[in-house]
Amino acid sequence: MQDFIANFANLESLARIYPLLLQGLEVTVLLSLVTVPLAVALGLFVAVLYSFHLRFLNPLLILWVDALRAFPVLVLLVLVFYGLPFVGINLPQFAAAVLALALNSGGYYGEIFRAGIEAVPRGQTEAARSTGLSAWQAAFSVVLPQAVRHVLAPLAGNTLELIKTTSIATAVALPELLRSARVAQETTYNPTPLTAAALIYFLLLWPLTRLVARLERKMVASR
Amino acid sequence: MRRLAETFFNAEVIATYLPALLSGFRVTLELAAAVVTLGILLGLALAMLRAFRFRLLNGLIVAFVDVFRTLPQLVVMVFAYFGLPYAGITISAFAAAVLGLALVLAAFAEEAFWAAITAIPRGQWEAARSTGLSFGQALASVVMPQAVRIAIPLLTNRTIAITKGTALASVISVPEILDKAQSAMSISANASPLIVGAGLYLAIFGPFVVVSRWLERRYGWII
Amino acid sequence: MADAPFLLEIDGLHKSFGDLEVLKGISLRVRPREVIIVIGPSGSGKSTLLRCINRLEEPTRGVIRVDGVELSARGVDLNRARKDIGMVFQAFNLYPHLTALGNVALALRKVLRMSRQEAEARGRRMLERVGLADKASAHPGELSGGQQQRVAIARALALEPKLMLFDEPTSALDPELVGGVLRVMRDLRDEGMTMVVVTHEMSFARDGGDRVLFMDGGEVVEEGPPSTIFRNPAHQRTREFLQRVLHA
Repeated sequence: MQDFIANFANLESLARIYPLLLQGLEVTVLLSLVTVPLAVALGLFVAVLYSFHLRFLNPLLILWVDALRAFPVLVLLVLVFYGLPFVGINLPQFAAAVLALALNSGGYYGEIFRAGIEAVPRGQTEAARSTGLSAWQAAFSVVLPQAVRHVLAPLAGNTLELIKTTSIATAVALPELLRSARVAQETTYNPTPLTAAALIYFLLLWPLTRLVARLERKMVASR
Repeated sequence: MRRLAETFFNAEVIATYLPALLSGFRVTLELAAAVVTLGILLGLALAMLRAFRFRLLNGLIVAFVDVFRTLPQLVVMVFAYFGLPYAGITISAFAAAVLGLALVLAAFAEEAFWAAITAIPRGQWEAARSTGLSFGQALASVVMPQAVRIAIPLLTNRTIAITKGTALASVISVPEILDKAQSAMSISANASPLIVGAGLYLAIFGPFVVVSRWLERRYGWII
Repeated sequence: MADAPFLLEIDGLHKSFGDLEVLKGISLRVRPREVIIVIGPSGSGKSTLLRCINRLEEPTRGVIRVDGVELSARGVDLNRARKDIGMVFQAFNLYPHLTALGNVALALRKVLRMSRQEAEARGRRMLERVGLADKASAHPGELSGGQQQRVAIARALALEPKLMLFDEPTSALDPELVGGVLRVMRDLRDEGMTMVVVTHEMSFARDGGDRVLFMDGGEVVEEGPPSTIFRNPAHQRTREFLQRVLHA
């Protein structure tokens, strides 16, 4: 037990590497703060576009979402970061991570908003249009506010998944929390930084996990 | 245009690295099969145990679920591979990848199965018990067959999402598709292997996405 | 014990849910082949009484004996005892994932440890007994409410119980389907089955049973042969209740 603590919760090691972890945490938080709104916006755009029922566009939107669902986000990130330079586009790690994560998660958000919009009766749009609102105005001020309430649980769940997924930026050497912990672990020959990183992730995201669980229960109960 | 084709669809490069990529394909399939089997079975077992409502055990199960719902898969995987050796537990990269993903899937599966179990009307239990079935028999023969049916549509998307995480195993150098594609890409200085790798992922997960769409339409569940 | 004068004996049965006392000391004796009808307003404790008899509800106090076996005792093999007590629920509670035959055969295989073949043979005989031989392979969702309830009766009968409990078996049925279920219950009575029936079906209460119990507020207000209870009730509460339900 003593050994175990000395290994996995070594305070000395922690004191040495905590600035590194803090920097990592900062990058993770920043990455999340930039990516989540972008992905939500992208998802909204796609879903509203879908709700206009344009005959040629909708199959393409579905295809995009399905391709993303069939495609590991890490592969997308590697394509963006290592593949794009072959056509002369060199994105820094942070931008590459934002692009890959937003594209991927935007597809999921789109799917969720789409389901929410479909749950709102068609008469709502018709009523809004009959008072002179444009299609976009009707979508954003009448339909969406109702749609969101139907899909709060999956929205929160997807946000949680997105924040968790920022950890894959490790693979392109972006110094976010997991990467920083790995670097610290290799320089100190001690797993404490990994324990610390896991703990930070847990403390950061656990409230969101609980919230998602609560919303999901409510959703199941209301069925 | 020709240069583009040569960079991304170079037949020569593809021919050279196809055997390596196909071996990666096999490893990805093995990873996926192990993750799905272990994750679902563990989740099912935990949910059934939880039905017995032993207070201490249930506390532990809930804690397990919360931890592995909250931690990013890659963090769990990296911890299993780089952290456990310090505790004298050295496992292969393949095993670490399976463990990391299966634990996360088990947490989500437990939750889906448990939600389904609690959704079974009390009358089903009462009818079973009134004919002399024991609690365990009622659970196994009456409640679980119904609960599994409810849980499957809840679980498909999550299972696909987590199984796609097999690509994360490349971070700890499991020789799966992405790992093989990346090393082929850096040796050949050509993006074609990555494109082929992406195609291989689509070949694996595409059919599942199609099936899950069908399930969604049929059962009306989202995400 | 088969010659015990009473098949079911209940003494001083109390049941509380938190502060709410639902049964305030019920005592009851039922002879073999006797059919007891329990009537009373909703919330009077009728269903709770029935559910205490096979301990789907845990009695707070009191003794319950079925064929000489004290069910309320500690360490009693409940699963064994329950196989001798058939129960029919208001909501049928058929297993939706199994066919009608599967519903009837499950306990035969799991509790009586019959082979599949034996269980299904007996299952078919039971379905025949309730007039549903042709529905053996139908799932509950494909059956009418009345048919479902008859399958549920077959499921309980298959274990050859000594006592059958009916908890408002026709309350969830459309009026035109009630008759089929009552017919099955009358057949059972004529074959000598001992039954305790909670019901709102006053026609059945009048001619279906040997004795009627009127419950109100967790107590048995009065009991007696149907003719007495219906024509000449002793208590004001009974009179009021009957007036309400008979002239509704």
